[in-house]
Amino acid sequence: MLKVLKPGLYLSIQDLGRFGHRDIGVPIAGAMDVESMKKANLLLENDENDAVLEMTMTGPTLQFNTDTYISLSGAHIVATLNNEPIDNYTVIKVAKGDILSYGRLEKGFRGYLAVKGGFQSKKLLNSRSQFYPVTQSARLKDGDEIPYTETKNYEPKISEVKIEEHFERNRLKVYKGPEFSLLSDAQLTEIFAKPFTVAKENNRMAYQLSELIAGHSHSMLTSGTLPGTIQLTPAGRMIILMKDGQTTGGYPRILQLSEASISVLAQKKYGDELLFKLV
Amino acid sequence: MKSYPISIKPFGERAVLVEWPDEVSESILADILDFMDAFKELKIPDWEMSVAYNSLTMVYNRDHIDFEETKHMILECHKKQAQSKTERVQHLWTLPICYDLEFGMDIEEAAKTLNISVEELIKQHTSHQYVVFGIGFLPGFMYLGGLPSSLEIPRRAEPRLKVQKGSVGLASKQTGIYPQDSPGGWNIIGNCPVDLFDPSKENPCFVKVGDKIQFESISKAEYELHKIEGEVGIYEPEKVVLNA
Repeated sequence: MLKVLKPGLYLSIQDLGRFGHRDIGVPIAGAMDVESMKKANLLLENDENDAVLEMTMTGPTLQFNTDTYISLSGAHIVATLNNEPIDNYTVIKVAKGDILSYGRLEKGFRGYLAVKGGFQSKKLLNSRSQFYPVTQSARLKDGDEIPYTETKNYEPKISEVKIEEHFERNRLKVYKGPEFSLLSDAQLTEIFAKPFTVAKENNRMAYQLSELIAGHSHSMLTSGTLPGTIQLTPAGRMIILMKDGQTTGGYPRILQLSEASISVLAQKKYGDELLFKLV
Repeated sequence: MKSYPISIKPFGERAVLVEWPDEVSESILADILDFMDAFKELKIPDWEMSVAYNSLTMVYNRDHIDFEETKHMILECHKKQAQSKTERVQHLWTLPICYDLEFGMDIEEAAKTLNISVEELIKQHTSHQYVVFGIGFLPGFMYLGGLPSSLEIPRRAEPRLKVQKGSVGLASKQTGIYPQDSPGGWNIIGNCPVDLFDPSKENPCFVKVGDKIQFESISKAEYELHKIEGEVGIYEPEKVVLNA
C-alpha cells in the first residue's frame, strides 16, 4: 500500500481513461498530460494504461509500505525520498517505510508518480481513473491507501532518460470545430493574432481563458463535446473542455485542440500565456 | 420510416460529428438510432457513439482517423441502413416523483408564474410522455423532449450552488432530473427516489436514448419506501415495451 500522508492541492489516481460510456454521460477522465504519464510508465516497463498518481501544483507526502520502484514525470516539483533529492525521469528504488515528499513547483503544473506494475485500485467501468460519481471520490485525501504489488530486485532497462519537455511550448495546435464557420473575420483575427492567458477557472473539467473575444447570439441544440473542445459562450468567453469535461454541451464548438496540445495545456496554470495555431 | 439527409464534419483527430436536420423530432431520432444499429452491424471494434437530439458524435478510441475514409464509410452505411433495419426494443419507464414542498421548493412559485394551481402543474407534468433525446451533462442526465408549452418557465435568475440528487426541474422547454448533487439553475418541483446512474451495476443507466419517460406523483411515504428499496437493491422501475 501507498499511504497518503498529505495530498497536496489535488491528487488523484488516473490511467488513460474510461472509454465507451459517453452514451450515458460519463467523461473519459484519465491523465490530463498523457504524454508525461506515458513516459513515467515507460521507464518502469509498465503498460501505458497502468494507473499513476496525478498531482497538481503542490505535491503530496506519501509513505510506501512495500518495496518497489518508482518514476516521476511531468511538472518539475522538487521531490525528495527520505529527504534526499530525486529527479524526474529516473527509476528509483523504494523500500518499505520510505517517505516521498514534494516542495516547490519549478516548471509546469501537473506531476506524475508511477510505481512498478501500476497502482491496483479497483477498476470501475473498466478504468481506475478517479471521477465522481463513478468512483466514490474525485481525489485522494489524508490517510487513503492505494494498493500496488511488491517488487524487489528489478533491473531497469533504461534507468534514466533525457526528456525534451513538450509542455514548455505555449503554442496550441487547433483544428476547426463543428461550428467554426460561425466565426466572423473579426473573431478569427482576435483568436489567432494575439495571445490568451489561462483564467483562474481551470481544473480537470475545463480551462477558461481570461480574455474575451466578440460574443455571439447563436443558439444551438445540445450536442457532443470531447476533451479539447473549445466552446464560445454568448459573452465571448472561450472554454476549453478537458478530461473530466461533460460529454455534451450547448455552446458553439469553434475549435478542437490536437491531443498533443491537450497535454501541453494540462501543464499551464493561472496567468500562463497561450497562442492558437490552426492546422 | 423516412430517411433524412446527413452531414458529416471532422471533430478533432479521432472523431466525426454526424448531423441530421436541425430540429427536435422523434422521427429524426428514430433515423439516427437506425443508423447506429446499421453501423453496429458492421462490427468494427472501438467505435463509440453518442446521440444528442439531431446529432451523433462518433469517436474511434483506437487511433486517429482519416476523415475522408471515415466519411465514405458512414455515407455507405447510411445508404444501406434502410435494408438492414433491425427491430429495436424501446421502453416506456414510469418514474415516481414526490412533488412535496420539502423537495419541490420552487413548485409554488412556478405554479404562480404559470398561472395555474400546484395540483394542475403536477397533473400536467405527469400526463405526458417525454422522449429521451440524449444522455449527457452529468452521468445519467436525460435530455427530455415533449414538455407541454403550458409548463415553460424561464430558469431561475440565480442558479443554486447545490441542487439535491434526484431533483426534478423545469427550465424553458426542458424538464429533467439531476442524477447527482450539482449546481443548477432549474426550478425544482419535486424529487425522484430512483438512482438514474449506478456505477456498481453492469448497466449503470437503465434508460436508453429513444426510450420514453412518464412521471407518476407519489406521497412522501412512498418516496421513503422507494428510497429504501433502492438502497437495498430491490427497487425495479416500472417499464413497458413500446414497440412490441
